[in-house]
Amino acid sequence: MADLLQHLINGLASGTIYALVALGYTMVYGVLKLINFAHGDVMMVGAYLGYSTAQRLGRPAQSSLGGVLLVFLAAMGGCALLGLGIERFAYRPLRDKPRLTSLITAIGISFTLEYGFQLDFGPLPGAAPRAFPEIIRPREWFILGDGDVVIWNWQVISFLIAVALMVTLQYLVFKTRFGRAMRAVSFDHRIAGLMGIPTDRVIAGTFMLGSALAAGAGILYAIKDTAIHPLMGLYIGLKAFVAAVIGGIGHVPGAVVGALLLGLVEEFVVGYTASSWRDAVAFGFLIVVLLVRPEGLFGRVAAEKV
Amino acid sequence: MASTALPITSGLPRGLRGVFPFLVAIPVLAALQLAVSERYFLVYIASIIGVNIILAVSLNIVNGMTGQFSIGHAGFMAVGAYIAGKFSLETKQLAISLLPVAVSDQLMFIVALLIGGSCAALCGFIVGLPSLRLKGDYLAIVTLGFGEIIRVIVQNTQAFGRALGLSGIPQRSSFFMVYFWVFLTIVIARRIAASTHGRSLWAIREDEVAAEAMGVNTTGYKVRAFVVSSFFAGVAGGLFAHFVPIINPGSFTFVKSIEVVVMVVAGGLGSTTGAILAAIVLTLLPEAMRTAFVALSGGQASLAQKVDQIRMPIYGILLVLLMLLRPQGLFGNKEIWDVVPRWWSRRRKGLA
Repeated sequence: MADLLQHLINGLASGTIYALVALGYTMVYGVLKLINFAHGDVMMVGAYLGYSTAQRLGRPAQSSLGGVLLVFLAAMGGCALLGLGIERFAYRPLRDKPRLTSLITAIGISFTLEYGFQLDFGPLPGAAPRAFPEIIRPREWFILGDGDVVIWNWQVISFLIAVALMVTLQYLVFKTRFGRAMRAVSFDHRIAGLMGIPTDRVIAGTFMLGSALAAGAGILYAIKDTAIHPLMGLYIGLKAFVAAVIGGIGHVPGAVVGALLLGLVEEFVVGYTASSWRDAVAFGFLIVVLLVRPEGLFGRVAAEKV
Repeated sequence: MASTALPITSGLPRGLRGVFPFLVAIPVLAALQLAVSERYFLVYIASIIGVNIILAVSLNIVNGMTGQFSIGHAGFMAVGAYIAGKFSLETKQLAISLLPVAVSDQLMFIVALLIGGSCAALCGFIVGLPSLRLKGDYLAIVTLGFGEIIRVIVQNTQAFGRALGLSGIPQRSSFFMVYFWVFLTIVIARRIAASTHGRSLWAIREDEVAAEAMGVNTTGYKVRAFVVSSFFAGVAGGLFAHFVPIINPGSFTFVKSIEVVVMVVAGGLGSTTGAILAAIVLTLLPEAMRTAFVALSGGQASLAQKVDQIRMPIYGILLVLLMLLRPQGLFGNKEIWDVVPRWWSRRRKGLA
């Protein structure tokens, strides 16, 4: 019973991180109908930006409230700019071309980031994993019984930060002018353009938003995993994408539900079999979902119009 | 639309056209085999190129001709490599009676390749059937996921040696065998392109909705293309397993899949000769760079390692630039003999 509870908690904790990344996928897919393959790698860049900011701040400052805030802001700001750059130079010129071309470009960007960060000259970090500084010192927040069930303070904090970011996003999408423009572009970007919505700016804004969320997720993941490496974005990115598809891609709350579900399934499979199966779970789950309900849990079936 | 027949064969009588390539290729390959058989490094490099050509040409059937996007080709290669390798390992001691050992070994090798290829094809069918009913992006992610699942399964299976891989597979591959399969892959890819089947694939690539409206069974054709492509990927894996000393899950990662995708995209989606050319260049380039750097730095290994590191980001940038500047790839969907003579005559006219 305690086992079950512990797995439940761990699963929810990793699910929230997947959710933050999945939101970026689903938003970009919503406005552009493009799978931004490089999204996981933007997350990785965010983790590295947070790492270098924390290093620069030094030991006492990095774990103060202001320091942590600064780490998050630097990473999120930096990644927003990176997302803007990727959209501007790699995706915008191809927007009217067949979608396959932008998919290939996305893979190209992802590859460049993953392997570019493995080079070890100049400011690039090299392939070896780095220990992420303890910006939140791990401490048991809640213990049940004789250490049977433990909730760590970082799990609670990650959860709260993730929820805060998601609430902000929900507000942004449904209560602001920008959000309304975003929804319009997602509905039909050509008509939205005719209605006077600056489509280019809205799409760029969506990319920045998604990338900033990914950077936040990157730092939360780094706190959880205590190490960062250039390939960390590959699997988290893929799994977050799987989560977005399970929830119905383009559907914002669906991405969150899908991510939590995936986090739980993964945790339970790993908990009751062996951890070496972890990477296969998500894809197996995806294939099953695509077989049974290809539009995802909350997605709508859209007939292709000619 | 590319011309479909090899220009050389069009002057032949109809009955001969089908077998003509074989009549030429087999003696040529046999002669080459005799010429290179003692030069082991050359054979090794040539075999790697050959395997890459098979991978690129077979992936081109799906990615180029059909316009679907598979990024899990290494997964099918892994299936072929492990199944064929395991088969050869298990039957190492067996020999077909009444035949000389060398001949029986080669026959067993062919059987191993066919088994490996068929298992890969079966996997292609299982993966393709659900995902090919969906849009292209889903196929991409499912194939990628499939490749990863295969890797994880191999890593967790004792019979496949887990992370250590399989070693001691009999080294039965030869220059002739590799290039015979290269030749077979190319011929079949070209025949598919020229057939009714191929026309349907081209139609699906250009406009799937229109193709369906014209009565093309899109899912059926896509699955068939996928199965053929997976079969050859499996054969390529089987060949690979019989000339490298050890196969392990590290040889068949996402990176390998992307390498093949880069070859197909760089050569031109839909161009068989483009894929061949890209496979040759992209296999030789890092080798040549490595040798050059080692020579330049006086035998220092560190610079040579740098080349290996830099190769990957360069692949990425190459993909992006290609899509931005020439989204159809170097040859588009044309073949070399469509492009070169025209370019040549234009150049001659310019000179005159």
